[in-house]
Amino acid sequence: MEKKIAQIIDNFAEAAKNATDSASVEKLRVAFLGKKGEISELMKDLKSAPSEQKKAFGQKINQLKKDVEARLVELTATIEQKELEALINSTESYDVTMPSRVETGSYHPITLIQREVEDIFAAMGFTIEDYDEIVDDYHCFEALNIPKHHPARDMQDTYYLDNGQLLKTHTSAAQNAIMRKYGAPLRAIFPGRCFRNEAIDACHENTFFQMEGIMIDKDISISNLIYFMKTMLSEVFQRDVQVRLRPGFFPFVEPGFELDISCQVCGGTGCPSCKNSGWLELCPCGMIHPNVLTAGGIDPEEYTGFAFGLGLTRLAMMKYGVKDIRTFNSGNLKALSQFESL
Amino acid sequence: MLVSMNWIRDFVDLEGFDIDALIHRFTLSTAEVEEVYHYGENTNNVVVAQIISVENHPNSKKLHLLKIDAGDKTYDCVCGAPNVREGMKVAFAKEGGSVNGFAINKASIAGYDSYGMCCSEAELGISADNSGIMEITDDIPLGTDLKSVYEIEDIVFEVDNKSLTNRPDLWGHYGIAREFSALTGNPLKPIERVDTSVYNNLPPVNIDIEDTEHCYRYSGIKVDNVTKHVSPVNMRIRLFYCGSRAINLLADLTNYLMMEVGQPMHAFDRRKVDCVEIKRFDTPFKFKTLDGNERDIDENTLMICSNNTPVAIGGIMGGLDSEIEDDTTSLLLESANFDGVCIRKSSQRLGLRTDASMRYEKMIDPEITVVAIERFLKLLFDIDPNVQVVSSLSDSYVYKYGKIELTFDKSYVDRYTGIEISDEQIISTLTSLGFNVKHEGSTFDVTVPSWRATKDVTIKADIIEEITRIYGYDNFKITTTLSPLRPVRKSVNKSDEYYAKDLLVEKFNLHEIHSYIWADSKKFSDINVDVEDNVKLLNSINPDHVVLRNCMVPTLLTVVNENKSFGTEYGVFEIARVVDGLKQDGTCNERKKLGIVLVSRNCSEKSLFFRLRDMILLMVANLRHKAVKFEHVDACHNWQHPVNTAQISIDGKKLGFISTLHPLTAIKIDKKAAIVCAEIDMDSFAEIEKAELDYVEPSKFPGIDIDLTILRNSDMTYKTVEKIIVENGGQYLNSVKVTDIYDGAISSITLRLSFSSPDRTLAMNEIQDVVFGKIIPGLEESGILLKK
Repeated sequence: MEKKIAQIIDNFAEAAKNATDSASVEKLRVAFLGKKGEISELMKDLKSAPSEQKKAFGQKINQLKKDVEARLVELTATIEQKELEALINSTESYDVTMPSRVETGSYHPITLIQREVEDIFAAMGFTIEDYDEIVDDYHCFEALNIPKHHPARDMQDTYYLDNGQLLKTHTSAAQNAIMRKYGAPLRAIFPGRCFRNEAIDACHENTFFQMEGIMIDKDISISNLIYFMKTMLSEVFQRDVQVRLRPGFFPFVEPGFELDISCQVCGGTGCPSCKNSGWLELCPCGMIHPNVLTAGGIDPEEYTGFAFGLGLTRLAMMKYGVKDIRTFNSGNLKALSQFESL
Repeated sequence: MLVSMNWIRDFVDLEGFDIDALIHRFTLSTAEVEEVYHYGENTNNVVVAQIISVENHPNSKKLHLLKIDAGDKTYDCVCGAPNVREGMKVAFAKEGGSVNGFAINKASIAGYDSYGMCCSEAELGISADNSGIMEITDDIPLGTDLKSVYEIEDIVFEVDNKSLTNRPDLWGHYGIAREFSALTGNPLKPIERVDTSVYNNLPPVNIDIEDTEHCYRYSGIKVDNVTKHVSPVNMRIRLFYCGSRAINLLADLTNYLMMEVGQPMHAFDRRKVDCVEIKRFDTPFKFKTLDGNERDIDENTLMICSNNTPVAIGGIMGGLDSEIEDDTTSLLLESANFDGVCIRKSSQRLGLRTDASMRYEKMIDPEITVVAIERFLKLLFDIDPNVQVVSSLSDSYVYKYGKIELTFDKSYVDRYTGIEISDEQIISTLTSLGFNVKHEGSTFDVTVPSWRATKDVTIKADIIEEITRIYGYDNFKITTTLSPLRPVRKSVNKSDEYYAKDLLVEKFNLHEIHSYIWADSKKFSDINVDVEDNVKLLNSINPDHVVLRNCMVPTLLTVVNENKSFGTEYGVFEIARVVDGLKQDGTCNERKKLGIVLVSRNCSEKSLFFRLRDMILLMVANLRHKAVKFEHVDACHNWQHPVNTAQISIDGKKLGFISTLHPLTAIKIDKKAAIVCAEIDMDSFAEIEKAELDYVEPSKFPGIDIDLTILRNSDMTYKTVEKIIVENGGQYLNSVKVTDIYDGAISSITLRLSFSSPDRTLAMNEIQDVVFGKIIPGLEESGILLKK
């Protein structure tokens, strides 16, 4: 019996050497521990063993069984580890630099800039208004303190229509209607498309976007206007923007200003973009002219307010580095499809 | 406009100020300075010298060898100028000096040493004359530094004319000097002029203003015995630095006065003009202006005449015939004021914008006509003491602007500015700008000076600007508003637009484009799209851009036509305005519409059509939770396909269309591509109310699905099939869905009918009863057959 046990130990050790994958380990298990396996056969022999030796032999066989089982667990673990390593090592390494083939659409750059700015104003409590593109003389000029024969009308080459209306030359054309609609106090912005009858080139378009804003309340002052413009523009440009005001003439504001911001290209030290002045002319603004408030049904003795105009098209050019203004209305998808997401 | 700081210094003392810094202040307080020029800075060691001898250069036909007395010693100089002569006084740049940055060194010219250079006026930068060297005719000791006698050195700045539009008073140096006076606190000196009252006894100039509506004032005087014809050097330099050119003394003086006090003047040769009438003519005629051009004069153009002969276009330009000539000794001087609008319109009509008309357009102060004449005489007497005034100063002043007095309270200033500006500062600022200020308690009574009272300053808010701009906006303490919080309204239209764009871009990969509001007749005709009659632009500068578009699709088709190389499958869209004719009140029926065009070379027109239809379904389902009705209609545009044009409506409200292209248009764009298009009226869409989301609690009991395959025939629409099934389906029919469509010799469609009950498990036989007892017979009744 002892010989047999020693033989089985030798056999197992020999067979284990050849077990290199989980299938052969399983075979090994069946060969030694299976119902007809060598150890089971040994158990059968136990019956015929002398009874005084049965206990000792039984213990030996059990020990053998345990040893084989332990060895099998060990073998399985080693082989699984090897197989796992082989699996990992055989995995294809993907070329992560492959270009994407997901198709995407695109927003018009003006939509992108407009949403960005609208969100800023909405967060500051401004109503966002939409307004007609075709207006009458009253709303585009008269109500804005630009009477007939005023030279400001020459400055804005107007497209006139055969029904007596005109294409709005500036978003200010909405001021009167919005004042009438809401009355004071009022905070509103009104982005929109404007039209000027002029020849187009890389810097001039006859169709472009502006965004006008007004804030009217009791005791709105020039000091508030400057504060507001600085805060708003710092949000738009996502950095602390320096602003400066110069006198500027627009009939619908008094006083009127040209607002310059510190040049975003050079940071104010002077470069070709700002003609070495360190400042970029960005948006006209001013205190709303009393005549404009009156025309809008608001008492200028009780309320004051400010208005400003942002050139959205210009802002988009600055922000995205679009050099030719005609790109925006060109429908050229090679240019426009690059504006893929918000 | 160009401004000479030397000229400004005639009227305000700027000693000790950093001039560049002051000019910067001017930008911040008055008007934008675009450019600053430092003239003469790099001209040094140029002296008055005399040519002692002139010899021909042995090696050159053009060059001369000069001996030059420059005060300190005699210099050898090789000079190429044609006008050299012995005894001539010249501007001599000595060795070691520089002329406009050009260093003067000892040089050997064609074998002879030269120790300096005789300069031309162009080389010195004081005129455009490079025909020869400058001849100095003034009595100046030899060796005198030229810069100490002539104003070669000057700082000149350029102001954007546009930013002076509303400031008629700034169109002359005196007005600009007033700004510097206010900015520095130094007083503004009065204009030195002669007192013309001494000529009151002389015969007047006959001035007859017939058109009193457009000529506000006409002042004139006659002067004889002018003997000098060339302007002094310093006057010529100033004119040149300020963008003009010297012509002759009298013409130069009128220009000089215009630049100094802002009053355009005209000098007529008295041999041609001895009296004036100001009027318009009923019949058009031609008139030759002094620039030699023939002009068409119409009945709206104001003319200056003498004995009924037109001699000048009022406020714009004089006539060629009465121009001052080199031998003119006797003149009639005009200093007038006209209606700005009339001058502007005439100037536009004639295409002739002059320094004079630009000033009149701005509505300059009529009070200065006489001041300008008196100043003119002062300068003329200084230059040519022999001249004689031979008439009284005659002045016809037919229209005076009203005096403007404004009253405001200190609290008004405080409220408007939001900062504290002292009473003293308010008074000193306004006074320095020429306003008359009375201050009592907290009230200010202000009289606006005549030069600001023609249109510029009319209300008290204008006074705020005067106070604050001189105070300096960069000195403002800035504070936030104290407005109470209020809810923000958001328009439905706006959020629809946002969502539609997101859906089309993010889910359907379309590209948003922008186009123009008008039809482009050229681009339209290229793709066989008719320009349909609509509202027109009256004054488009492009003859192809006249009719406003009434539909979004044609412009999108032109975009597709121009993007053939972009890709084999893509879509474009735009949300913008079109004009759908006129409304009853005659105004444009402006509509905001969404246009979509899809293009594909990869799939069939049919599947592209359904892709587009599904986009619309999804958009409406998401935004309004409503179903869309599509129904075939006749094409209403020439580019729409007569068969596959369908109307889109919701709740019976027409919203737009979806269609394929007419073959004649399709073939022009791309023979190999399928193109489909749709348009939705976003304004109408905004009016459709959003339905509540229709939620159905899912049944806890298993349902039964039955599939039916139906043979299709050409005059059967899916909608009819579905209707019959639903009508006969009984209470447990939950949904009908298409699971398969087969297009072949015999086309068929497979539908899955789902039945379920909320409170029990259905028995197969009861459902079979419904299907075989009701639904199928119902279909068969309408001639719809099941596939066997």
